[in-house]
This record gives sequence, structure tokens and C-alpha cells, in this order.
Amino acid sequence: MDRSLRVVLAEDSVLLREGLTGLLGRFGHEVVAAVGDAEALVAAVAEHGPDIVVTDVRMPPGFQDEGLHAAVRLRESRPTLPVLVLSQYVQRAYAADLLDSGDGSGVGYLLKDRVGQIEEFIDALREVADGGTVVDPEVVRQLLRRRRDPLERLTAREREVLALVAQGRSNGAVARELVVSEAAVGKHIGNILAKLDLPPADETHRRVLAVLTFLRS
Amino acid sequence: MSRTRGPRTVWRALPSPRFPLTCWPWRSVGYLISGALAGAVVLVVTVTGAVVGGALSVVLIGLPLLALLALTGIPVAALERRRLGLMGPVPAPDPHRRPAEPGLRSWAACRFRERATWWELGYALLFAVVLWPLDALAVTVCTAVPLAMLSTPVLMEVYGDGSEFRVVKLWTVTTWPEAFAAAACGLVLLLLGSYALGALAGARAELTRLLLTPGPAGPDERVMELARSRVRLVDAFEAERRRIERDLHDGAQQRIVALTMMLGLARLDAPPGPLADQLTRAHEEAGKALAELRELIHGIHPQVLADYGLQAAVADAAERSVIPVGLDVELPGRLPEAVEAAAYFVVCEALANVARHSGASRAEVRGGHRGGRLFLEIHDDGRGGASTSGGGSGLTGLADRVSVLDGRLALFSPAGGPTRLRVEIPCEWTDRSA
Repeated sequence: MDRSLRVVLAEDSVLLREGLTGLLGRFGHEVVAAVGDAEALVAAVAEHGPDIVVTDVRMPPGFQDEGLHAAVRLRESRPTLPVLVLSQYVQRAYAADLLDSGDGSGVGYLLKDRVGQIEEFIDALREVADGGTVVDPEVVRQLLRRRRDPLERLTAREREVLALVAQGRSNGAVARELVVSEAAVGKHIGNILAKLDLPPADETHRRVLAVLTFLRS
Repeated sequence: MSRTRGPRTVWRALPSPRFPLTCWPWRSVGYLISGALAGAVVLVVTVTGAVVGGALSVVLIGLPLLALLALTGIPVAALERRRLGLMGPVPAPDPHRRPAEPGLRSWAACRFRERATWWELGYALLFAVVLWPLDALAVTVCTAVPLAMLSTPVLMEVYGDGSEFRVVKLWTVTTWPEAFAAAACGLVLLLLGSYALGALAGARAELTRLLLTPGPAGPDERVMELARSRVRLVDAFEAERRRIERDLHDGAQQRIVALTMMLGLARLDAPPGPLADQLTRAHEEAGKALAELRELIHGIHPQVLADYGLQAAVADAAERSVIPVGLDVELPGRLPEAVEAAAYFVVCEALANVARHSGASRAEVRGGHRGGRLFLEIHDDGRGGASTSGGGSGLTGLADRVSVLDGRLALFSPAGGPTRLRVEIPCEWTDRSA
């Protein structure tokens, strides 16, 4: 379970780059390359073939969404490459761009703040590396508040469950968080999938689709 | 002195039978003669300048000279405005702007860009080629000829040996009665000529005034300059916003993220106890500071506006609103930065007002781009009575910003509601892929 990940890190702030390298190292992951701009990121991925890419959104030279663009481009050439994007902003547009690359699995979009929640951050990293989808709780909260259309049919409890699923939690983790049994969580998820018109197929894939429903509706 | 006592313009003096005795014939003559002299000088200077400049332009020295020649109109017009004072006290204001900065370069740049400079150059050429010969002709016909006739007896005595003289070289007088008759005719002509001179000089002055003083074009130019300076101010304001946003983002925010990271690690390492509790609190505080800073930065200039444009930014603002907001905004492209920013902040302010004051349960944002105009409309089902005037409403400042872009902001908010805010800004799609 606690396998060591080979990480390529792209972050233009030296302070954060060093900090993140140390943080990841402490949890047994290896930062094989730490770069400061989007081009170097693409080159580093080609060179090292990492298990996961962690990148900032805003990077030189334009200080716009270069990091995000690089991540989307990397996913286009290697759809299975796990990418975790760290953003200074809660922005559905960024998250949607990222989730639209590939089939939305193996991607994560987190606020930079979450880095401070060390354990959650490391969990999210592992989840994305394993092909999961992690969307920042802040984005999910906005979506749940605003995106009423397909979600109106969900009960409050079901929305809570979906929010946690969107954050990349397993059924067990959701059960612990909501203090209910794992079976109850499974039942909620079944209801959610049914209400969102997602017919039974591969279980993990449908979970991703449920999350995507928020983002694309 | 005479200005205060006599009629103030030649036109008012003309109908009077005492006109030949007033100062106006003298002023008119002075005006026309000085015009003839000045015009001749202008002709000589411009022709010389053009010839020399044209010849030297082969070796490039001539080009600045020719450029300088284009500014001839400025001193000529200044002189002409001054000369207008002879013909009446109506002020002839200088249409030129003050250059933005001191220095020759800024002055020249300003002058070459002004319409007045080119009008004045045109006037100088007209003056040099057409007007001054007319001035000279008028003076000659109306004063020299009658004076010559008036002095026929004297001239006959001096040059014609008292027996014969050709009056104005046209017809011959041979007797003294004829000579005095000619002199009488000259006197009459001189009196009539004074009226004609007054009328001609008056008309000439009117023409100059018409060509050289800022008519409707003058105020226009000033208004345009004001508008331009307002646009510059808004641009500077926008640039400053971005600088602050960038500084906060690249400086303070990164440091606090690093700080929360360190505090998070310290928390993991700390053995349970009061130290761990304090670290937890510090960690939470740092997290809150980060969240606040993020909101602050977003309010200064949202990155999504720069990256994804107005439609995404409006969607984002709608999602952040505490009351449900319906969206129907279709903007499949990018608009000029200033337009996007102004429109975005209007939507934000409108939604904030809806949430704060209207008591509405729902709002709706509609928008699109049609007929070269961006339009956005924000409706709510609240109690109405909103106003752009008076304190407390951030809409006034936004209305100003919209008007800088030649746009309009209209608010319909009858008491009892509903409220409808509409903003329209003329603009075209831009190609901003980066």
C-alpha cells in the first residue's frame, strides 16, 4: 500500500519547491525532478517517466495557466499519466479542463492550501497515482451549492457522500468520515449512480463519471 | 480708450454717418496693411524654406527643415489672432493643448498630432498666396486711389507744370477747375472708401476668426483629450491592480503556503501535549489567513478572467453568489481586457448588491455579443428601489468605468421590484490565445 512514488514536481516558487520536495521525501516518495516552468516539466516527464506529476497552475513565462496547459498536454500524449495540479484558486474551469483530459481518472485538482493538510495531501497524491480522481473540497462545495440541475434529486446525505467521493475517498474512508457503516455508503452510492442515470458498469469508472457530472452539467 | 467710448466692432460703427471720423477707418487700414506686410513675409519665408528644405532633403538635413515648415502655421496663426485685436475685442482663444510633459520632443509630438496645427498650416498657405494680395489690393483701391485724386491740384502744380496731369494715369485734366473737381471726387471717394475699407477689413477679420478659432472642433478636441486621459487613468489603475495581485500571489501567498506546510509537518512530529495543541491552533490560523488572502487576491483581479475570459469568470462569480443565480451567457471568444474587467466587476457588484440589499430569492445573468456590443443583464426578483446615485453603491464607480469605454450602464429598479441592471459596451472580439 505504501509504495514509494517517483514524482516530477513543477513549481516556480523555490520556497515551495524545496518544501514540497522535503515533504514528499519524508513520506518516502522520491522527487526525481523539480523544475520551475512548464517546458522543463514536459522535458522532465519525457526523461524520467515518473509515477505522478505534481504541478502548479501559474508558472513562467506568462504567469497564467501554463502549468495546467502542460498537464493537459502531457495527458493527451499519455492518458494514463497521473497528474495532480495545485492551484492558488478554486476554479471549476481549471478542474474541468483537467478532468476532460483522458477519461478523468488519475487526475487531481487541489488548492495549494491543502498542502498544509499534510496527511490529506499525501493521501490525495496516492489516490491520484492509483488512478483515482481528486477534486478540491472547495470546488466540490461550490458545485454542490450551485449545480442544482442533475443533483436536485439527491438527498442531502447523498450529496455529502458524493462530495467525499469526489475528494477521492474510498467507501471505507467515507464511512469513517460520516460515521456510518461501509454498507450504508455503498447503498448511498448506488442510489446516487441510479439518480444520475449512470447504469451499472465498472464500479470505479462510474464513480468518476458521477464526479464529472458536477463539473459538466 | 476708443474701444470703451465708441462702438465695439466695426459692424456697429459702419451704419453711423460719423463713421469716417471714428477710429475704425484707421484701424481697418492698419489691419489690412499689417496683413499685407505679414503675408508677404510669410510667402517669402515659406517659399524659401520649401526650396531650401526640398533641395537639402537629398542629404537628409532638409527633412527636419520641411517638418519644421509644417509648423509654420503656428506662429502665423498666433500673429493673426493678435492682429484680430485691431478689429474688435472678441477674444480669439488659442486652440492648442499644453503638451503632457515639458521638453521639445513632447511639444512637437503634441503639435503634430493636433488638428489645429494642420488647420493653421492651411491658413498660413492661404494667407501667403491669396489673402495678403487681397489686403494690399483693398488698401490700394480704397485709399491710394482717392488720395491720389484728392491731391490732383498739388500734383498738377508739381509734376504737370500747372497745365496738365493724368489722374491715376487714367484720364487727363488740363484746367484747374477740372483738377479741383477731381480732388472733390477724390474726397468723396475717400469717404466712401473708408466705409468700404471698414467692411472689407471687418469681413477679412471674420474670415480669420472663423478659420483660426476653435469652432465646434475645439471643444471636441478637448473632450477627446479628457476622455483619453480618463482611459489612461483606468488603464493605470488596472495595471496597478494586476501588480498588487501578482505581488501578493508570488510573495505573501507562497510564503504562507510554505508556512502551513511547515506547521503541518511540525504537528506530525510533535508529541501529544500543549505544544501539539498550540501547533494545531497556529496551523489553523495560518490556514484561515491563506483562505482570506486567496479571497482578497481573487477580488483584486481574478485569474480566471485573464485565463478563460468573461464567460468563465461570470460563471465563477455566479457560483460564488450566496443566492441561486441562473446563467445564460454566450461569449465564445475573448474581448479587450479593459472591457472584460469592467463587465466582470459590474456583474460581481450587481450580484453582491442583490445578495445584500434586494431580498431576492433568485437572480439571473444574461449576456452576449451582438452588433458590435457586449451586453450583460442582471435581473433579480427582489424588492427594487436600487439606485446608482447616493452613497453605498459601488455601481456609480463602475458606471464611470463603463462610460470610459463608451459603454452604458442602466438600472431599472422601481420600488417593489424587480430590479434589472443592464450594461452595454461597444467592442470587438480580440485574438488573445496566450
